[in-house]
Amino acid sequence: MSEPVNTSRRRTLIAATAVPSVVTGAAVVTPFVASLAPSERAKAAGAPVTVDLSKLKPGEKAAVEWRGKVVWVLKRTPEQVAALEKIPASQLQDPESKKASQPDYVKGATRSITPDLVVMEGVCTHLGCSPTEKGTPGELGSDWPGGFYCPCHGSKFDFAGRVFTGSPAPANLVIPPHKIDGVVLTIGVGQDGKEA
Amino acid sequence: MAGTPSNHPSMFKSPLMNWVNDRFPLTALIKTSASEYYAPKNFNFWYYFGSLALVVLVIQIATGIFLTMNYKPDAAYAFGSVEYIMRDVDYGWLIRYMHSTGASAFFIVVYLHMCRGLMYGSYRKPRELTWIFGMLIYLALMAEAFFGYLLPWGQMSFWGAQVIVNIFSAIPFIGPDLAVWIRGDYAIGDATLNRFFAFHVIALPLVLLGLVVAHLIALHETGSNNPDGVEINQGPKGNRWSKDAPADGIPFHPYYTVKDILGVVVFLMVFTAIVFFMPEMGGYFLEYNNFIPADPLKTPAHIAPVWYFTPYYSILRAVPPLFGSQFPGVIAMGLSVVIFFALPWLDRGAVKSIRYRGTLYKSFFAMFLVCFVVLGYLGVNSTDVWGQFGDWSNFLDTKDRATWVARLCTVGYFAFFFLMPWYTAKDKTKPEPARVTMH
Repeated sequence: MSEPVNTSRRRTLIAATAVPSVVTGAAVVTPFVASLAPSERAKAAGAPVTVDLSKLKPGEKAAVEWRGKVVWVLKRTPEQVAALEKIPASQLQDPESKKASQPDYVKGATRSITPDLVVMEGVCTHLGCSPTEKGTPGELGSDWPGGFYCPCHGSKFDFAGRVFTGSPAPANLVIPPHKIDGVVLTIGVGQDGKEA
Repeated sequence: MAGTPSNHPSMFKSPLMNWVNDRFPLTALIKTSASEYYAPKNFNFWYYFGSLALVVLVIQIATGIFLTMNYKPDAAYAFGSVEYIMRDVDYGWLIRYMHSTGASAFFIVVYLHMCRGLMYGSYRKPRELTWIFGMLIYLALMAEAFFGYLLPWGQMSFWGAQVIVNIFSAIPFIGPDLAVWIRGDYAIGDATLNRFFAFHVIALPLVLLGLVVAHLIALHETGSNNPDGVEINQGPKGNRWSKDAPADGIPFHPYYTVKDILGVVVFLMVFTAIVFFMPEMGGYFLEYNNFIPADPLKTPAHIAPVWYFTPYYSILRAVPPLFGSQFPGVIAMGLSVVIFFALPWLDRGAVKSIRYRGTLYKSFFAMFLVCFVVLGYLGVNSTDVWGQFGDWSNFLDTKDRATWVARLCTVGYFAFFFLMPWYTAKDKTKPEPARVTMH
């Protein structure tokens, strides 16, 4: 005759099989999940880039690629710099750039080392589109001071990359670490010498 | 064969069929799924779209296989290889246009199929799992369309993927790392294209096929619903073919196979007309900006997803950032898709079919359809498409009229679902007939 079922032994055996199976399963999945992360080659491709500023005229904007993102180097005209101060703080989400991602050495309304030259990622903080320059005052409604308009979801930024209220973007444009050495701008290394 | 019961499939005259049936239940499968699968006799126009979805799936798989023979999933060659298919491969243009038109056709057919389910209460007990498998098919289809859209490596491919992947980076804490993990790089690039290709041509098609089988198995277990929403299995028994079958059922084959073939013929007339005469469909099926190679430094002036995603895209765009985070918009968009899963449990109506529902339900349903279409329309346009409010609106966070309409429609969209337990229970329904009706 067959023995009665020893349920507690059966339960122990099931647990002894199931737990290692789950652990083994997780171990098997790990390399596949890890293989989707950026490869060593992709990680190594983040070196600093340099820009020659001597050819940039006031009102002109250079777009350079750094770590796969577009970085704008914008030499603002005196009028554009003056206009930044005149924008009422109530129209901006973060007029002092307190929540913004930016280095310590850029401050105030201009968000730049020198008043005219601003360096910022041309990447909308909403969902990563590249905003379009709408430089003419009044181009987007009567009180438009000039700046950038994101074609994807309609976020608006001024010439310092500060986001206007009513935009889906939650933050001002990101300012990457950069340093100015005469007419040479380096993106990826800070004015304080720190590498990104 | 001695001992074989009289209803055993091997009672065939053909020795070949007997040989097969002794080893594989071929005849039994054909009977249970077609010639002795009894479907309600009152199916109408709306019942074409299930079989049409299957036809489009076959078109997509067949054309897709041939496209991979010339396509190169490499950021340096992808755009060129698609142009090569279009210009230099014999009939490559036809195969590619069938595939691109098929993508839009798939969504048209699936949206109509889902609309049928909503109208006639096909998602309700006992068909909850059929509905859930169907919704999973819809999600897999959206993912499939999204991955596939990156492959031509045009401007819209690139920036569309950029936006969608960045939606994940809005998730608090893990978001940015998750987005990098999805891309396989810090920006959309070759690694992203390569893996999207793998997902598009093998991973998701396998998932889709499995789900389609599950959808059909679940459907055939409960039997099909019908425009009256009454269960033929609970009605009288006995019809021309069998005394045990439901009286209001007719064999799927030949009756509905023939009906569906008519639907396929009409569908293919429309489909081929589009493929041959207007494959771009005025920029809706193939967006014009996608004829420009991907440029990571420049976003096109007007960017919108392909039409089938625009209702959800509008919802994303309509929700303003809260507490300095765009996450609420992402949540709302995700919820607007996922909420469909809950339908079987939200609906507490006494009847299934819209034919016997009251004014209250019909009003909400009509509002939902209007909201869905308006959101879809606004999603293909920029937020200033309807101009701006005047100076009186200075206190508002945005003056764009379209954004406010989109917000209103977002509220309407969610009201259909969240208020459903209330209005379906309160609805003054008409009595259901005892048996299906033939109008």
